Amino acid sequence: MTREQLAVPRAEFRSYYGRQVLKSPAWNWMIAAYLFSGGLSAGSAMLAAGADLTGRPGLRRVSRVGSLVSILASLYFLVADLGRPERFHHMLRVAKPSSPMSMGTWILSAYGPGAGLAGVAELMPSPLRRTWLGRLMRWLARPAGLWAAGTAPGVASYTAVLLSQTAVPAWHEAHPYLPFVFTGSAAASGGGWGMVFAPLGEVAPARRMAVAGAGLEVAASRIMEQRLGLSAEAYTTGRVHRLRKCSEYLTVGGALGAVVGRNRAVVAVSGLALLAGSALQRFGVFEAGVASTRDPKYVVVPQRERLDANEAARSESQVPARK
Amino acid sequence: MSEKRSESRTGPGDNSFYGPLEDPAGDAGYAEHPPRVGFFTDTSVCIGCKACEVACKEWNMVPDDGFNLLGMSFDNTGALGASTWRHVAFIEQPEREPVELGMPGFSRPGDTSGAEARTDFRWLMSSDVCKHCTHAGCLDVCPTGALFRTEFGTVVVQQDICNGCGYCVSGCPYGVIERREGDGRAWKCTLCYDRLHDGLEPACAKACPTDSIQFGVLDELRERAALRVEELHSRGVTEARLYGHDPNDGVGGDGAFFLLLDEPEVYGLPPDPVVPTRDAGAMWRFAGTAASAFVGIAVSAFMGRRR
Repeated sequence: MTREQLAVPRAEFRSYYGRQVLKSPAWNWMIAAYLFSGGLSAGSAMLAAGADLTGRPGLRRVSRVGSLVSILASLYFLVADLGRPERFHHMLRVAKPSSPMSMGTWILSAYGPGAGLAGVAELMPSPLRRTWLGRLMRWLARPAGLWAAGTAPGVASYTAVLLSQTAVPAWHEAHPYLPFVFTGSAAASGGGWGMVFAPLGEVAPARRMAVAGAGLEVAASRIMEQRLGLSAEAYTTGRVHRLRKCSEYLTVGGALGAVVGRNRAVVAVSGLALLAGSALQRFGVFEAGVASTRDPKYVVVPQRERLDANEAARSESQVPARK
Repeated sequence: MSEKRSESRTGPGDNSFYGPLEDPAGDAGYAEHPPRVGFFTDTSVCIGCKACEVACKEWNMVPDDGFNLLGMSFDNTGALGASTWRHVAFIEQPEREPVELGMPGFSRPGDTSGAEARTDFRWLMSSDVCKHCTHAGCLDVCPTGALFRTEFGTVVVQQDICNGCGYCVSGCPYGVIERREGDGRAWKCTLCYDRLHDGLEPACAKACPTDSIQFGVLDELRERAALRVEELHSRGVTEARLYGHDPNDGVGGDGAFFLLLDEPEVYGLPPDPVVPTRDAGAMWRFAGTAASAFVGIAVSAFMGRRR
């Protein structure tokens, strides 16, 4: 195979006055923000459960509170982005396997109460802790936290399917890679949160999770850019490219800080960098999808190539002698 | 591939999400139902009068979508959308795409043909509409059940259920359905579901003065369309082709299909659309693997030395 054949072909195509074929997503920045806050909540829930089981009360506390705060933010973003927010509960009238959003609704419905209970148990004021309700909550906190950790992998990964099961070229084509970008990003942000707020003596698991998550996120993201074909352009050009470059610098920088940092300030700043990197990653992926609906080439060129290739294969099989 | 397809054609319930499906209404759970209906839009006789756009708006009480001048052709509607359920495309182009053979000629251009052949452009007009796909991306992803398959095999939004999540907008491979500004819910062609109940044809087909828009039982329309293409080919209109008629295409065939005189993308249609649900199984498998990696990262974070 020659070099020329390996290169992405120049996008020459016909269209209707250059107008877009697909509708751009109806979603605004709140969905990108949800992708981040949902991932952060899932990452924190995992860290909280681990800290609970290994006797690290400081890390457990900040992680449980982190997963509570970020799941509340997630729910706000999800409801506020609806065209009819007062009808949010219509999501609960069906369970539909063909709809990743329906599946996500039920995953969140399973996850939310666990994360919520564990988080609230940490935030109870001390007078309340001594009442029967307080004792019940503290007794329930561990099973609730473990339940949240059991469902958190679903929360962290389903959002990739949510974006991919659309006609949006940059999201659909990315379906083998996005789940790894997203779960890596979730682990990095959860670890980052722990690094910012947990006591330095208990921060080691948060650092390790952040470093491994950042590694997965950056590696999956790089591989995605190389393998996507034409849709990669949506990720590697313009504003999206700048967002994702910033994300990569922050994530790699934060991970390095997590490895070498010895004092409070370095660890905290590294954690903040990881959080920011994860957020920018989500906004970058979101905007890449939007960009790929704006330009008809992302729709027409690959589909036309597919049709022409099928045509060529058919005529070749009919006339085997023809080269 | 073809073997698998013919095999899955035998049993009902298979091919619910991809591939040829004889009876979408039956697959959706209707035990007894009328035959599947649809549109055959023959663009070779469209005169661009836009009566379909007007009739649709009138009957369905669709609000206006602004009086915009798009500055590109006689089409100032632009595209299908929340408040545009029929859209007439106007394409002005040289009659033949110039073919450069690289051979020197000895006669002046046009000398060999008669004067009547010397038209320097042609108009293509085409009334676009929701395709009412056999495998509808919008319907598959709707998380509230607002979008549903009717007994006629069409796809309709229940406006009292829709909460405006916007997922259908991205699920449609044709860019048809859209969330309406100020209303918040998703809207598209209903194939005049109310009129079908009363045995009437949809408003656009009723209003079409040249029968470019033909309404009927889908199987009959497909036969009629095949005859029409044959006829046009025999008259020398070799560029005539059908679009969306094939049950083996990426959406299992459209309930509303077209006879076009150029490639689909020229009309603003995707050349080879595929329902996103086709890859749902693979997507969940990748997500499952990624979720396992996530668990692995979390567990390994608590191994090793304590610090």
